[in-house]
Amino acid sequence: MDLILQGIAGAVAKIASGDPDVIDATVASLVVSGAATVIAVVTGVPLGALIGLTRFRGRRLLLSLVNTGMGLPPVVVGLFVVVFLWRSGALGDLDWYCTRQGMVIAQYLLAVPAVIGLTAIALQSVDPLLRTQLLSLGATRWQAAWLLVRESRLLVLGAVIAGFGAVISEVGASQMVGCNVKGDTRILTTAITLETSKGEFGSAFALAFILLAIIFGLTAITTYAQQGRHARGT
Amino acid sequence: MLEARDLVAYRGDRPVAHAARIDLAQGEHLALLGPNGAGKSSLVLGLATLVRTDGELRYRGAPVRDADAYRRRIAVVFQRPLLLDRSVRENAALGLALRGVAKGARDARAENELARLGVGQLADRPALGLSGGEAQRVSIARALAIDPEILFLDEPFSALDAPTRETLIADLAHVLRERGVTTVMVTHDRDEALSLADRIGVVMNGELRQLDTAEAVFGMPSDPEIAAFVGVENVLPARVERATEELTYLRIADQHAEVTEPPPSGDDFPLLCVRPDDVVIARGVTTTSARNSFTARIVRIEPIGRRMRLVLDCGFPLIAHVTRQSARDLALEAGDQVVASFKATVPHLLPRIRH
Repeated sequence: MDLILQGIAGAVAKIASGDPDVIDATVASLVVSGAATVIAVVTGVPLGALIGLTRFRGRRLLLSLVNTGMGLPPVVVGLFVVVFLWRSGALGDLDWYCTRQGMVIAQYLLAVPAVIGLTAIALQSVDPLLRTQLLSLGATRWQAAWLLVRESRLLVLGAVIAGFGAVISEVGASQMVGCNVKGDTRILTTAITLETSKGEFGSAFALAFILLAIIFGLTAITTYAQQGRHARGT
Repeated sequence: MLEARDLVAYRGDRPVAHAARIDLAQGEHLALLGPNGAGKSSLVLGLATLVRTDGELRYRGAPVRDADAYRRRIAVVFQRPLLLDRSVRENAALGLALRGVAKGARDARAENELARLGVGQLADRPALGLSGGEAQRVSIARALAIDPEILFLDEPFSALDAPTRETLIADLAHVLRERGVTTVMVTHDRDEALSLADRIGVVMNGELRQLDTAEAVFGMPSDPEIAAFVGVENVLPARVERATEELTYLRIADQHAEVTEPPPSGDDFPLLCVRPDDVVIARGVTTTSARNSFTARIVRIEPIGRRMRLVLDCGFPLIAHVTRQSARDLALEAGDQVVASFKATVPHLLPRIRH
């Protein structure tokens, strides 16, 4: 119990003083996970919309693969990405091993199945007649798809947050691909692991509080948006 | 304006509705009438190119090849309002926004249509908080705002309560007459069809079986199923005894009847169709111009809305409708003996054998 109390006291001191290591790890986490999530949204939402709104051969197989992807162990993803980024690997020429770019690839692979899968589910839950109604009003298929994504935006936002949540909390792949370089690829989760192994509980708690604050903030935004919608009489 | 030939509408891979021929003139109001599940909605979705079709569809004389371009000239209102989570004004302006109309112009047109439909004061409200009747008015305003050349209405009143429905039908009939919009409406309600349509098509079991004026469909249904659906409750098997230039003499069970309609060609055993409203009930034999009078026993009396339905036994079953006041004045009771009559000009003869 004393260790926890000492850790909490140390965390408050580090956050209050603006400890540069804590700030670096926070910024690195937000940049890497933010970039991975943005790329996952740009590619995953249209693919999720395609799966959710259309019927084509192989759709169920694709959905099964996406659902499997949601449960991928981060260390397995990390292993594959390291192999690809290794000097002799297929992407070795990029020289992205132990870089933030490499971490973005790994986190993207972890985030995109959640974005695709949950977007598909969100759009499958939209009344099919609404799409017919939009087409009857003169919408092209693309316009109708975009309007339906907008109409289910809160569920799609949930998909985005699920994707971000999956990667901001992830440690295995980031550790393996980013190599935990101080001031560069050291993010909140890998820094917590390191500080804990060193017995620096004050630093570990400070990093953990910030990570929890980020996750709480995202959850609060989603909840606020959803409750706001209900309050408007939907 | 719109012509369909041998049109088959599909749901998925399954053909669900067929129309051999539909010709829709500019400004015409056509109602597709039929029981639930008959295929009317599928037929309308086919005409609107919103489901897969086979056959020929021509718009203003040219085959419909570019469905997107064709759909920009039409509008569809469904049973449910299907509004988006936006303001009423934005919903009403949606079709215009999809056509690239500038915001100011589309808002003005949307507000104009909302006002015409009696919901102008709701323009700033969130659309998903409206009542059913208000939402359906917004849905109709959204369709009319794009100034469609053909308006398809797929049972737009069926989810509304009776008073809301009646008011909305009256308002819509007024707007459609005023605008001269060509309209195809799906309904299973005969009164709705009569309120809004110039011609009526009857869809039964996935087939457009009759398309004609309201008078013809209700007065001369083309087969017994349509007769039953349009309220011709008396479809009586008859035998032609002889026919002159003036009258056809028939035998129904042990009774004789006379009608002015000639017998269907090649069929000596037609079906005699008489609407219950055309049967007159009297307490005793009176001298009238009606050529057909039968002594009948009242088997049952049932109230239906503002009328009473009499089930009679004349040696053959006969249904008659009388007002509640007439039933009171004649003191009608089950078991009573009465005289049931109808004029020779009233019945319609259907061939018993379909060719």
